[in-house]
Amino acid sequence: MLIRHPDDFPSRQITDERLFQDRRAFLAAVGGAALVAMPVENLLAASRKLARAAQDKLTPYEAVTTYNNFYEFGTDKSDPAANSKDFRTRPWTVQVEGEVKKPATYAYDDFVRGFTPVERVYRHRCVEGWSMVVPWMGIPLASVIARLEPTSRAKFIEFTTILDPKQMPGQRANILPWPYVEGLRMDEAMNPLTLLVTGVYGKPLLPQNGAPLRLVVPWKYGFKGGKSIVNIRFSEAQPRTTWNIAAPNEYGFYANVNPSVDHPRWSQAKERRVGEFFKQPTLMFNGYGDQVASLYTGMDLRKHF
Amino acid sequence: MSRWVTRVVRPVLWAGSALPFLWLVRGAVQGNLGTDPVETIQKVTGLSALSFLLGSLAVTPLRQLTGWNVLNRLRRSLGVTAFAYALLHAFSYFVFDQELSPVGITQDVVKHPWVLAGFSAFLLLIPLAATSTGGMVRRLGGKRWQRLHRLVYVAAVLAVLHFLWLVKRDVTLPLYYIAALAILLAARFIPRRRAEAAAAALAGR
Repeated sequence: MLIRHPDDFPSRQITDERLFQDRRAFLAAVGGAALVAMPVENLLAASRKLARAAQDKLTPYEAVTTYNNFYEFGTDKSDPAANSKDFRTRPWTVQVEGEVKKPATYAYDDFVRGFTPVERVYRHRCVEGWSMVVPWMGIPLASVIARLEPTSRAKFIEFTTILDPKQMPGQRANILPWPYVEGLRMDEAMNPLTLLVTGVYGKPLLPQNGAPLRLVVPWKYGFKGGKSIVNIRFSEAQPRTTWNIAAPNEYGFYANVNPSVDHPRWSQAKERRVGEFFKQPTLMFNGYGDQVASLYTGMDLRKHF
Repeated sequence: MSRWVTRVVRPVLWAGSALPFLWLVRGAVQGNLGTDPVETIQKVTGLSALSFLLGSLAVTPLRQLTGWNVLNRLRRSLGVTAFAYALLHAFSYFVFDQELSPVGITQDVVKHPWVLAGFSAFLLLIPLAATSTGGMVRRLGGKRWQRLHRLVYVAAVLAVLHFLWLVKRDVTLPLYYIAALAILLAARFIPRRRAEAAAAALAGR
């Protein structure tokens, strides 16, 4: 008869933390022995998991807050941090309009009141071919939408960035048609991964990252995440989004991360984690296929890029 | 004058040519090449290659304008520097972007015009760099050497296109380089007479 003890795992079987930290060196060291002892596919799966975990190391706060695209503050990736120091994020209002039962203009604090921000560590893949891993803080968009009560005619949701050329030097140049507009299909917006972000690394969002309120859609290229949002509009028709207006053959409405559909000018098969020297394969839907692939069943993702 | 150029100006130019490289080395040693070090390396080497290439193309118009034939002695130094940066630029692409995979490189070159343009520009610079020694100039003979080195015009056009096509949206900087190249190429069509007259006028002032 088998008697189960409460401590089924004696502490000597738990991996020492230092050994765990050095797991790659450990793997290399015991690799030979393990190869003999373990079925090959188990070993492969285990090493792949470890490799993925190592690759998904958090990008440092410094990098997240000083290296990004926010053309409203300039087109160099250091411009947003440099040119947004005096950007005012209070007072801030969010206007909600269109196919919604309660169109209204909310003060920011009223808009987010009652929601508890959650932390989500997401991979962030830029359409340019670089990527990060960012611990965002935010509110699942689905719960915000539930509160706003869109009508049954709402098929899409559109997010508009603040238009304020006095504070945003990039908006004084005709680089893109301002203000910046991004949008999602309602089922994409309702997906549990979609986040209205208010903070990063447990701190309030900084202006260069789109304070006070921005969108993060981790399975899409970064430009889908509108920043410094002042207007949310529910609509029956697909929104006209900024990059799609600017270069329709290069940037589609969907912009799902897809290693097999290249940008017309460059490959999307690989990406470079900022700070790394070599590239790594880009994953379909940025690795979130389990949660989102069903949104696109039957769609030709080459056509709807 | 000629001695001053070879003894002072050229060494200073050589030293100056190394500055972008030394800046990268210092950054690499101190670990502050920015958030994306590879991007920094590729940007600095690419811009340096293009700038020195345009610098080498500026020699002839400047010489015609000023009548200082001695400027010619700087031309090859500028050209060789341009090639050195192009080599670093291509090397960083081969190693960091493609991990030296011939298949990866071939696919990328064939599929993407901006890569093809940059790659071709680099290939065209190789015979020019290889024939940049005094011995090679003599061996080829002035006429043939000159004819071969007209390839630099093709390389320069391809290089600015490479820059223009890689930029996502804000083409301001590539357009500056394109404008500079256009001026340098156009200057070659000004008849020599008028250039000499301009030089005389300049000298008379």
